[in-house]
Amino acid sequence: MKKFSTLVAAATLATLMSGTAWSKTLVYCSEASPEGFDPGLYTGGQTFDASSRTVYNRLVEFKHGGTEIEPGLAESWQVSADGTVYTFKLRKGVKFQTTDFFTPTRELNADDVIFSFERQYKADNAWNKYVAGASWEYLTGMGFPELIKSIDKVDDLTVKFVLNKPEAPFLANLGMDFASIMSKEYADKLQADGKMELLNQQPLGTGPFAFVAYQPDAAIRYKANPDYWHGKEKIDDLVFAITTDAAVRAQKLKAGECHVMPYPNAADVDELKKDPNLTVIEQEGLNVAYLAYNTTQAPFDKPEVRKALNMAVNKQAIVDAVFQGAAKVAKNPIPPIMWGYNNAVEDDKYDPEAAKKMLTDAGVSGLKMKIWAMPVSRPYMLNARRAAELMQSDLAKIGVEVEIVSYEWAEYLKLSKEKTRDGAVILGWTGDNGDPDNFLDTLLGCNAVGGNNRSQWCSKEFDDLVKKAKVTSDIAERTKLYEQAQVVFKREAPWNTIDHSVGFIPVSKKVTGFKMDPLGIHRFDGVDIEE
Amino acid sequence: MLRFIFGRLLVLIPTFIGVSIIAFAFIRLLPGDPVMLMSGERVMAPERHAQIMAELGLDRPMYIQYFDYLVGLLQGDFGKSIISKRSVLTDFLTLFPATVELSFCAIVLAVALGIPAGMLAAVKRGTWLDQTIMGTALVGYSMPIFWWGLLLIIFFSGYLGWTPVSGRISLMYFFKPVTGFMLIDSLISGQAGAFKSAVTYLILPTIVLATIPLAVIARQTRSAMLEVLGEDYVRTARSKGLSPFRVVGLHALRNAMIPVITTIGLQIGVLLAGAILTESIFSWPGIGKWMVDSVFKRDYAVVQGGLLLIAAVIMIVNLVVDVLYGLVNPRIRR
Repeated sequence: MKKFSTLVAAATLATLMSGTAWSKTLVYCSEASPEGFDPGLYTGGQTFDASSRTVYNRLVEFKHGGTEIEPGLAESWQVSADGTVYTFKLRKGVKFQTTDFFTPTRELNADDVIFSFERQYKADNAWNKYVAGASWEYLTGMGFPELIKSIDKVDDLTVKFVLNKPEAPFLANLGMDFASIMSKEYADKLQADGKMELLNQQPLGTGPFAFVAYQPDAAIRYKANPDYWHGKEKIDDLVFAITTDAAVRAQKLKAGECHVMPYPNAADVDELKKDPNLTVIEQEGLNVAYLAYNTTQAPFDKPEVRKALNMAVNKQAIVDAVFQGAAKVAKNPIPPIMWGYNNAVEDDKYDPEAAKKMLTDAGVSGLKMKIWAMPVSRPYMLNARRAAELMQSDLAKIGVEVEIVSYEWAEYLKLSKEKTRDGAVILGWTGDNGDPDNFLDTLLGCNAVGGNNRSQWCSKEFDDLVKKAKVTSDIAERTKLYEQAQVVFKREAPWNTIDHSVGFIPVSKKVTGFKMDPLGIHRFDGVDIEE
Repeated sequence: MLRFIFGRLLVLIPTFIGVSIIAFAFIRLLPGDPVMLMSGERVMAPERHAQIMAELGLDRPMYIQYFDYLVGLLQGDFGKSIISKRSVLTDFLTLFPATVELSFCAIVLAVALGIPAGMLAAVKRGTWLDQTIMGTALVGYSMPIFWWGLLLIIFFSGYLGWTPVSGRISLMYFFKPVTGFMLIDSLISGQAGAFKSAVTYLILPTIVLATIPLAVIARQTRSAMLEVLGEDYVRTARSKGLSPFRVVGLHALRNAMIPVITTIGLQIGVLLAGAILTESIFSWPGIGKWMVDSVFKRDYAVVQGGLLLIAAVIMIVNLVVDVLYGLVNPRIRR
């Protein structure tokens, strides 16, 4: 600590003596190396933090610290009455960043918007395959190729998205990382120079911070964008110090080597809270962990059997043991912080006696089942093996014999989605855009059977409600439909909803204005640091 | 001597081909594939998955993929990472100096402390000094690296504040790498305090990485020394009235060094294995961490290329050790 302070002091002195003003530097101990810097290509949160949330902007943005949509590069928009045409008015005078590697000659216009999307889904676009195996995972996953009929330039500052069908979550999707707006001028230059792959190595956008350098596996450096349309950020330099081990990140934070760290070990949180120099920010996550039965196989095809099993499991005990309380027992498939959450739904009550009776009434005895425990720790489920063991002992009390199985992660993901899978699977989900559709249709819709719908559950009643909500633009109407869908879900019990976890971010007390985002992204706009 | 080296080089060719096959097959034998892992919990449609695999050329029969890879290798093309899309060779060349710097410091520390400690233990055989040294070596050898590293961080960086927690140099210093070796680059940069900073960041990882080789070298030196000290020529030297310092330091040490050099050579492999963990704890941007991450992500190109490059380095180091042998003991050359 002393040594570090001495170094900081020495560096400060050197900078002052060289005549330049001392710059305010914020160091963020990031949890992993970015996969690359083109947010369209990847799905990792660390990649988004390092590219889309620092360097880029989108047409619409999620409100900092929330999931509501607010104007971004589009200052306003209009949706046609039938919900198929979205017309965006772009902000005037938005400048792209000037960096060592590129100096823009023009401001943001409709061409940039069209380029940013078309490159991801038009096979004839030169950028569609600019790197080998570009999967455009998110754009494809959100159904854009089938959804978008055309993106048209009305004038320099007006762009029109024409959809094949109405899609209520469309606007929220445009706030997602893959929808980051890039500079067509920069891309054209890279293409002309035959260096297209640099788009994924030296990002350039309109965002709060301009990319300076990436030292692989060590650090990423940014400087505040002086031309940022929102006004220059208060910090001058932003550095991501890549620190993969959570315990080491905590030590670095305590020693003052960084100012913000994500994903502390659950066991370290209490100690970090006690540190007088740190503040631990808490935020309920936009996530859910669940146990998905295979509803196509007997006896799990009967809702009463699934409900009986749900009633036999003490979820509070799981939350206490696995999260040390840093999670909430889940009763719905969507988290309580999401709009559309139906708080009137009653959870299956923990009651082993009643569960046992229900099982007998359903004609089930001597049941043997498998529970799949994920081999990795995720924010929504820190220790699936432990959770499975607790379920195993709870279910034993009602005469159900559980065998816990696990596979290597890639294998787990693959085998768990198979329709013929034997056993109930522990898995979870973190929301992408704050829209209930992103949970309810993505994870439980009929079209997701054999894919994300791990319970292989297809209920026409549920599916109709969710599909109707998808094409309804009125939010009050959608809320009603989702509330009804949650009632159907609870009655049919394709899952045992386990928990919604709480996320923690320890931050140095020197830092002000840092907010934790429920979407799991880490943003540094609006953040200041006292030196 | 030249013939000896040439003969050794020839043996490297089949070894190299063997390694390339193993490296190629190993990562493909693991379940899962990079495309699937990249999409995580989000399920990719099977058709889309097949299409991406085809774009990456991963749908072709293994032998064709291997042949393609071999052709690339002969042209010096180690391929591009499936994930980051960067050149494997460029990344290797960026990250490898960090591993070499750390490993070099660790082996220097291990030799500098291990050999004298082993000699001392041999000379003072059976005394409390011998027992202390060997006891400490045993503890060092059995220490789980991860735990040991964290312990040092918590004590020296956290509690005492003497050393930085992790990284290669203070983030206050920023300069373009010239050699990739931070100690050298920080000197070249001319920035005041940069070299000192680089040294402070090296201390803990060097200690952690040196621990096991140090213990092994100390034990090996002790046993080799004990063996040699019982030889006739040592007794002769002693009876000639040479000073104990000359007997041990000159006559005995030179002969005891042969197995010790072998051990040091073998420790290079151990160092690379240890570097994986050490680099992970200390956020040291070297190849160990790079390889582990790539295995988890099934980045075939990085794993097969990286393993091959690492194997090449180990083979060259072994060759150098063989040559050193030849120099120390001319009989081996034949």
